[in-house]
Amino acid sequence: MGSEAPVPKDFQKPNYQGSGTLSSPAPSRRSFLGWLLAIGTAGVSALLSVPLVRFLLYPLLAQTTETKWSEVGEASEFALISPSVKRSITVEQRDGWRRIVSEKPVYVTKDAQGRLRVLSAVCPHLGCSVPWVDGKQGFICPCHRAVFAPDGAKISGPAPRAMDELETQIQDGKLMVHYQYFRQLVPGKEVIG
Amino acid sequence: MADVPGNQARLDKPRVRGQSRLWGWLDRRTGLDRLLHEALDERIPGGARFAYVFGSGLLFILLSQIITGVFLAFYYVPSADHAHTTMAYNIKEVTAGSFIRSLHAYGSSAMVIILILHVAQTFLYGSYKGRRELLWVSGCVLLVLVMAMAFTGYLLPWDQKAYFATTVGTNILGEIPLIGGGVKRLMRGGTEMGTLTLSRFFVFHVFLIPAAIFVLIAMHVHLFRKAGAAGPASEDPFSPKQKTEPFYPRQVLMDLGLALLLIAALGVLAHVAPFDLGPKANPADTQYVPRPEWYYLPVFQWLKYWPGSLAVVGILVIPGLIGVLFVGLPFIDRRRERRPWRRPVAVGSFAVVLLSLGGLGWLSHYNDQRDPGVARQVAKQRKGTEEFMRAPFAFELETSAASLAAAQASAVDPLLVKGKALYGEQSCDSCHGDGGVGTADGAKLIGIAAKLPGDKLAAVLKHPTRAMAEGGMEPVQLMDEEMKALVAYVASLK
Repeated sequence: MGSEAPVPKDFQKPNYQGSGTLSSPAPSRRSFLGWLLAIGTAGVSALLSVPLVRFLLYPLLAQTTETKWSEVGEASEFALISPSVKRSITVEQRDGWRRIVSEKPVYVTKDAQGRLRVLSAVCPHLGCSVPWVDGKQGFICPCHRAVFAPDGAKISGPAPRAMDELETQIQDGKLMVHYQYFRQLVPGKEVIG
Repeated sequence: MADVPGNQARLDKPRVRGQSRLWGWLDRRTGLDRLLHEALDERIPGGARFAYVFGSGLLFILLSQIITGVFLAFYYVPSADHAHTTMAYNIKEVTAGSFIRSLHAYGSSAMVIILILHVAQTFLYGSYKGRRELLWVSGCVLLVLVMAMAFTGYLLPWDQKAYFATTVGTNILGEIPLIGGGVKRLMRGGTEMGTLTLSRFFVFHVFLIPAAIFVLIAMHVHLFRKAGAAGPASEDPFSPKQKTEPFYPRQVLMDLGLALLLIAALGVLAHVAPFDLGPKANPADTQYVPRPEWYYLPVFQWLKYWPGSLAVVGILVIPGLIGVLFVGLPFIDRRRERRPWRRPVAVGSFAVVLLSLGGLGWLSHYNDQRDPGVARQVAKQRKGTEEFMRAPFAFELETSAASLAAAQASAVDPLLVKGKALYGEQSCDSCHGDGGVGTADGAKLIGIAAKLPGDKLAAVLKHPTRAMAEGGMEPVQLMDEEMKALVAYVASLK
């Protein structure tokens, strides 16, 4: 890089009166230095970008949004239920730095094999909460009269499918449930959150 | 590598033919070659020196502050109820969050230190002389902008020290005669410190001041290139006579040396001693002893000496005079002489101001240590901060109207508990929402007791009005006792 590069008029420098330049290395040494600098800068930049990349990838490394398993009760206390029992569960959702706690109604019931099942009380038709009606031995939605059997199967009314069963597990003798919402008005169960 | 035309380079160095061809292709389209020349061949009279590294050091820290600042914005909400939680989340939960925040916080101190060195070098070398008045003035404006960045950024974590330091800072500005009250109120967005203050400081810190800094840096660098590097103090400020050396490579290497030193220092500091975050700001705390960051301590101490009606002198007259003399320096000192030992008045005054600032800062620190009450409180505050830093992250509990109402109802009264259960069983919640907050399908029930007092509520539950029935309300069929509980619960919703 010599000093005879064309310089536009408006960038004209002060009137340098000193002749010649101090220590300007030979071109080959300069280009070698250029490479060295480029590689060095790239290396340091790569090193510096490590924390930045880790920061950006945080949602991949940790759970930032999730719904935790909610406790329904001791599994043993549901041994003798018949045909179903209503429980309010506390659903805790983690959303970044927020914790959203809400109460949701669910029904604990049993299938033919005696396995515990947990049904969401949200009607698959339009989302009303479905109550158990003792006199009719079934679930009857008060909004549009959808009727479900004690195990949640659809009997009559406008509902497109049976009441939605929630994912369960037994943990340390406790019945746990993973609360979810499902799309309404469709014949199949589709998780929406 | 750059000024040789492409084909000549090809003849000279067959090994890098591909690179040269690519370079030629790029250059013909972008004019990069000339840009690089313009940037790297700046001539420095008297040659490269370590004394000249501070300007590019400042640019380097600015770059670091921009990058880390943008990253911090990923996890920050500028409101009084969330700022502190989001900051704590960033520090305690997010990978490398604390490190990046520490780089940013320590970076502000590094910026101030390098800025002082840059100003001192310019002053001592008399580099503001020789048609460089506007270069100097633009630098003064940048100095003010950088200090404003430090001031506004300090509040954003919204912890105790941020809150109280800014309370004091804005109070000081409120002491300015005539306009002080208005200035303070504008800065705070109201009479008191609060969420509006935080929003304002955020907007200034993140949008307005950075924009001004970009414009001013463009001016500053342009004016610097227009005037040319001033060279050593022995050089003539108008027409340099000493031999020149291009900016590249030796000055570039020296500048990079400082950059590496800064990276290493900030990186080690951020890793070994992460910048702390104290407990959330508590405006009701009357014990808190506020202290600003070190670079504002001299100002803080200085104002202690100007009580009451004398405050005008301390806040306005003396700093104003010094400011005018400082900014006007290149207009006042018009001699060609640049060597510091031949400029005793200018250099002497500069040294006095700098030493006074240092002395005031030290005095503030010394006074705090000597006063047992203050020392005890400061130690207590430090302990509180350490405890907060050790504690695991506490998630912010969403306090919606629904959960508040639910919490209130389930408090004690068994009638309300029963009523709440019925509210769910009867599917009231599917239209009126949890805790009667209301949904698209059903009216809000909060405060209904005021509209339907006494038995009227029970009456419309049993026999909904026509408007209610049209909205989808079904008559509630319950035994009297249950109805009583449901009515009590609905009436309790506030």
